[in-house]
Amino acid sequence: MAASPAYGEEKGGSSSLGEPEYGHDPASGGIFSSDYKRHDDLKEMLDSNKDSLKLEAMKRIVAMIARGKNASDLFPAVVKNVACKNIEVKKLVYVYLVRYAEEQQDLALLSISTFQRGLKDPNQLIRASALRVLSSIRVPIIVPIMMLAIKEAASDMSPYVRKTAAHAIPKLYSLDSDQKDQLIEVIEKLLADKTTLVAGSVVMAFEEVCPERIDLIHKNYRKLCNLLIDVEEWGQVVIINMLTRYARTQFLSPNQNESLLEENAEKAFYGSEEEDAKDAKAEAASLAKRKPYVMDPDHRLLLRNTKPLLQSRNAAVVMAVAQLYFHLAPKAEVGVIAKALVRLLRSHSEVQYVVLQNVATMSIKRRGMFEPYLKSFYIRSTDPTQIKILKLEVLTNLANETNISTILREFQTYIRSMDKDFVAATIQAIGRCATNIGKVRDTCLNGLVQLLSNRDDLAKAGSLPTELVVIKKLLQMQPAQHSEIIKHMAKLTDNIQVPMARASILWLIGEYCEHVPKIAPDVLRKMAKSFTNEEDIVKLQVINLAAKLYLTNSKQSKLLTQYVLNLAKYDQNYDIRDRARFIRQLIVPTEKSGALNKYAKKLFLAQKPAPVLESSFKDRDHFQLGSLSHLLNAKAVGYQELPDWPDEAPDPSVRNVEVPEWTKCTIREKRKEKVEKPFYSDSEGESGATESADSEPESGSEESGSSSSSGSSSSGSEEEEEEEEEEEHSEEQSEDKEEEEEEKRPKRKEKEGSRKAAPRSVGSPSEEEEEEEGAKKSKKKKALQGRKGRAETSSEEASTSESSSSGSDSGSEAETKRRKAPPSSKAGPKEISLLDLDDFTPPPPQPIPSSSIVSTSLVTDLEGLTLTDTSLTPTLLSPAFGTVKTYELLHRMAGEGLAVEYCFSRRPFPGDPHMVAVQIQISNNTDAEVKNLRVSEPKPLSGMRIQEFPEIESLAPGDTASVVMGIDFCDSTQAANFQLCTHTRHFYVSIQPPVGELMAPVFMSENEFKKEQGKLTGMSEITEKLTLPEKCRSDHAIVQQVTSAANVGRVPCGASNEYRFAAKTVTSGSLVLITLERREGGLAQLTINSEKMVIGTMLVKDISQALAQ
Amino acid sequence: MIHSLFLINCSGDIFLEKHWKSVVSQSVCDYFFEAQEKAIDVENVPPVISTPHHYLISIYRDKIFFVSVIQTEVPPLFVIEFLHRVADTFQDYFGECSETAIKDNVVIVYELLEEMLDNGFPLATESNILKELIKPPTILRSVVNSITGSSNVGDTLPTGQLSNIPWRRAGVKYTNNEAYFDVIEEIDAIIDKSGSTVFAEIQGVIDSCIKLSGMPDLSLSFMNPRLLDDVSFHPCIRFKRWESERVLSFIPPDGNFRLISYRVSSQNLVAIPVYVKHMISFKENSSSGRFDVTIGPKQNMGKTVEGVVMTVHMPKAVLNMSLTATQGSYTFDPVTKVLTWDVGKITPQKLPNLKGIVNLQSGAPKPEENPSLNIQFKIQQLAISGLKVNRLDMYGEKYKPFKGVKYITKAGKFQVRT
Repeated sequence: MAASPAYGEEKGGSSSLGEPEYGHDPASGGIFSSDYKRHDDLKEMLDSNKDSLKLEAMKRIVAMIARGKNASDLFPAVVKNVACKNIEVKKLVYVYLVRYAEEQQDLALLSISTFQRGLKDPNQLIRASALRVLSSIRVPIIVPIMMLAIKEAASDMSPYVRKTAAHAIPKLYSLDSDQKDQLIEVIEKLLADKTTLVAGSVVMAFEEVCPERIDLIHKNYRKLCNLLIDVEEWGQVVIINMLTRYARTQFLSPNQNESLLEENAEKAFYGSEEEDAKDAKAEAASLAKRKPYVMDPDHRLLLRNTKPLLQSRNAAVVMAVAQLYFHLAPKAEVGVIAKALVRLLRSHSEVQYVVLQNVATMSIKRRGMFEPYLKSFYIRSTDPTQIKILKLEVLTNLANETNISTILREFQTYIRSMDKDFVAATIQAIGRCATNIGKVRDTCLNGLVQLLSNRDDLAKAGSLPTELVVIKKLLQMQPAQHSEIIKHMAKLTDNIQVPMARASILWLIGEYCEHVPKIAPDVLRKMAKSFTNEEDIVKLQVINLAAKLYLTNSKQSKLLTQYVLNLAKYDQNYDIRDRARFIRQLIVPTEKSGALNKYAKKLFLAQKPAPVLESSFKDRDHFQLGSLSHLLNAKAVGYQELPDWPDEAPDPSVRNVEVPEWTKCTIREKRKEKVEKPFYSDSEGESGATESADSEPESGSEESGSSSSSGSSSSGSEEEEEEEEEEEHSEEQSEDKEEEEEEKRPKRKEKEGSRKAAPRSVGSPSEEEEEEEGAKKSKKKKALQGRKGRAETSSEEASTSESSSSGSDSGSEAETKRRKAPPSSKAGPKEISLLDLDDFTPPPPQPIPSSSIVSTSLVTDLEGLTLTDTSLTPTLLSPAFGTVKTYELLHRMAGEGLAVEYCFSRRPFPGDPHMVAVQIQISNNTDAEVKNLRVSEPKPLSGMRIQEFPEIESLAPGDTASVVMGIDFCDSTQAANFQLCTHTRHFYVSIQPPVGELMAPVFMSENEFKKEQGKLTGMSEITEKLTLPEKCRSDHAIVQQVTSAANVGRVPCGASNEYRFAAKTVTSGSLVLITLERREGGLAQLTINSEKMVIGTMLVKDISQALAQ
Repeated sequence: MIHSLFLINCSGDIFLEKHWKSVVSQSVCDYFFEAQEKAIDVENVPPVISTPHHYLISIYRDKIFFVSVIQTEVPPLFVIEFLHRVADTFQDYFGECSETAIKDNVVIVYELLEEMLDNGFPLATESNILKELIKPPTILRSVVNSITGSSNVGDTLPTGQLSNIPWRRAGVKYTNNEAYFDVIEEIDAIIDKSGSTVFAEIQGVIDSCIKLSGMPDLSLSFMNPRLLDDVSFHPCIRFKRWESERVLSFIPPDGNFRLISYRVSSQNLVAIPVYVKHMISFKENSSSGRFDVTIGPKQNMGKTVEGVVMTVHMPKAVLNMSLTATQGSYTFDPVTKVLTWDVGKITPQKLPNLKGIVNLQSGAPKPEENPSLNIQFKIQQLAISGLKVNRLDMYGEKYKPFKGVKYITKAGKFQVRT
């Protein structure tokens, strides 16, 4: 603050450019001078009643602040307006207050009560802004008030206020660090918050206040990983950086096996390593040569959840993920970051600068990663010099035997640049390439020497010294072979004027005087002649040369040496005088000279190690990449050291279990209470934290859902297996899902017994049958490759199982009964089996003459069941039809006697699981035979596909035929248009699906449902309140109405007044989750969660209509 | 995090300062001035400067230095990215990010900075939220304000900050509902002396201008999404749908924004739309040289190449140039030694040519290097990579929007070495 009065003066000078409005403002001529009246002006305006005057005054004051002028003497006048009604005045007063409160603490206290009032305001935004300003006032007296306000706000209802509380924490901490313990408590509380809004801010507070308390993160780790993608971008950066540090303390190095085994880092390939590990495991533990590395599922979770963020538009986020991968990922996976980093090179030059610094460090360690992008680092003449030099650094790091010729060709262009600094750097780079790659050493050397000779005016070539220095270094490596070059250089001494260069040449000649015995004394002679006119640095080298020559060839050079030493003795520079004295004593034998004399030759002409040309970025990676410290290559204030991987190998499964136990007991219990609350949006984070293996939350598929939920009950070894598999597939995970599933099946079967909450397992017993029937349904083979959505798969299996069971035997039924044990159902086994059978009994097989009859009878059966079972326990109802609605495709009149109707059979369409099966009933009411009935010229909208039904050869008068066609509606309710042809006529028809038919039921447990629902909040959630009519209040009626409106499956539910249904859209397989909550007096709330918002909205409409009927 | 911000113009005046924590004296900028002096060229000022008590992280945008003061460890890109976001916001609000614009709107600037950072940590950086908080100045509004005394600060409280889609404000209404997409592709290339391509790639962006009422949910699909090799998204895009279906599905922000930027995979050969024939030579021991450049179209897929401009940084020794252009006009700035030739449209019948004599400083040595030529051009209605938007669907709203897609190909960093 002391400096602030000074601004006025400084600004006074520079404000001449100021715009007229503010140019005349009071402070410009020094505050306490004649302009002082102006301030009176402002005071008057502030005291007036008119808001517009106050506003004008405040604007002028803020303009003064903005330009760094002192306006502190207005404090009393301004602070009075803190309670002003006008929002803009208020805001500007806040700005002023925050700026000057520190200087005028007593007066600032006047404003506090206003904010305290604001903290109680019913409007969350006002509460937040009050807290924000209050915490920004740096007045130590109000610390207790702030503390109280923060604590209160931390448990506010509104996440926005909680976010503000998180922001306030570091402010208070910087004001009074004694509050640390209390603040940590608040941080702990806020860390448990589940909203994305808070996450980033609280982690920021954590990093500023207590970065060492890594134990606070344990229980929130999974939640943070899962929320990450939805956190705002700035928060993402902070969280990712913190998690990098966390992971380094908690997990094992994924590359440890390599470092033990492989000397040759280039060849170490993680994937194969992993397989080795697996083999070893399979063979037997007895071999026990080393413990196979298995990545902790949490470690994997972090890597997987951060990967999509490489696609962020924010360079800081991309860099954060890149450093996370660099520090945490197995070697084989680090490569993914290269592409994203190269993309950043298109950004602003400052971004380029930082990214290139980091790339330079990475490229030393992982050269292969950036090699494919070599050309992206080529230099343009328009790049700023600092960028050019960094690019050069990267290019040099990337150089290897295969690409060196390309790189050298590039370098050749650079050498002719006008930018001298850059040229010098290029020569250095060539030198480094030459040292690193023996193959090109001679080429480089010759090239450089040629370059030397080609210069017309060597004296002016700025890059010359570097050139010589580099040559010097290169020569030093193999002097014997290069006496020619040394001779050439000796000749250059006549022309070269640059002292540094001359000195280098002299040193070279001295060092290798034995290779050029004739020339060296001559050079010394010349130099002795011009000794007095040389620069100091050259003089020193002349003395050196003289000494070395004296030792090797004293006959020719004794006199010369004496002469030089005498000249040096009277030099103006004491360094040179010193050197001369020292050398004379050393080399010229006198009586007094001691033992050193004997060793003079050894001293001067000892083998000198060849200099190592090294990158300045070597070993910089001990700083966390992307950090300020890394950039400066020095520890910045507040830098948190990146810890080394722990040596101790904690058993991953043990670690998993122990995570919650490390934390305090009380907190854990509190958390448990929360878990029990059926609050959906929480469920994701919670289940993530409590389950031991949350292996595939991203894919969100049924498969992973069931495996992860069962993971908690099953042993750790199972997780490991899964993890390994995942490892293998990590690259093409999504494409390989299918295969993976196939692979897993046998294992799964063995485990079946131990599984409890895996409804998916019901499908698997029938798989063998499916296989058997494979021949019959060879068409399906084709479909197998195409199917992705699990829903189709399972229902398809279900249909086959059904077909075999309906064949007559009850064996499979019994089997189903044995294996299935729904978690929430307490009803007797008999009912369950029946219901379950029905669960998987969508319509009967192909040619269905009367599908509706069968199904309705089944439903009536069920009605009886559910009614007798007075439904204390929620029952599983058929996902299939209540009553099948038939729609008219072609009216009898329009069709000239041909009537066509269609209905949605709700069965998977046999050729293609992405298609909705439409059953078409054609009746011939004419009195002639209709021939060649077929679909022609389907005109689907883009993406839509139609699978026509086989042509009907002929239809006798009065006859009815039923066929099935498949339509892929692309999850939209747009109509599919096509022509229906007979041998005589064409009819244009169109089928428009109700939204409820665009999906197929999926079966999930309550937990899975909640988990999925937790992922689909926000804009993918649609809620509507409705009133149920009298007749539609029973369980049965509700379920019936919902299932008739949409092709959904019932999900078991613990609460009696809630109904849950789940389905997946047929084309894209996105989940559609329906929750209906019945309340008092026939009121109900309908919630639909779906990624497809359109489907969600339409479905809400359809279902509420159905329920209202 | 960010402690203070100073805005400094090219002549070294600090014309705005803002502190988010306690005040840091302006004298800290002396370190910056020192570095600036050392760097000679503005673009060579190191973005990060370490001083005894602070770290200065700066960016240079539109002739203004944004210098931020940092006290503790923070990812430098975090600050740099934020500063650019500030500059973008000014641009968005005032139409330009210049010293005069900032000075004229100093109060709005201050209010913006106040909202964007809280205690040095970014709070609201989405332009949609900011616009709800602080209305951008328009001529009409400033007239109305001066009469009625009402203000630029929004009196509605911003709800965007609270929602799950912070990038879109609520209650948007338009009479004409429009959605425009500009697919802009830039060719980055280095062409060597002999005319062969050393390096070429295509970088593209899709800039959108969306003026749709309510909460539209858009999905944009491409004919050939496989072309896109590396994509970065605006946060509104649903990443999962892109991963699974290669469809851009999003609830757009209101107004102008960059939807995606992408790179076309480098395996694809890039069609270079122009070629340059050049003959630049400096004679030994004479104070002149020859300069002869011709630009012609090549592989332009039947579209005209227009807006062609060539800039050349001539060597220091060049005193003056006397040239004749068969088309367009040229200027040579003897101070910066920059030759600019504004060619305009290229017609294949008559290729534009620039030819003449280069006068060198007498006595100066012959320049070692031939300058490289930077070419700019534009091709309308063509995305050079062949990327095509297939369709745009809107869900969630009833009205029929007007949709439009425009393609432009431009030269990015297009350099011809000579």
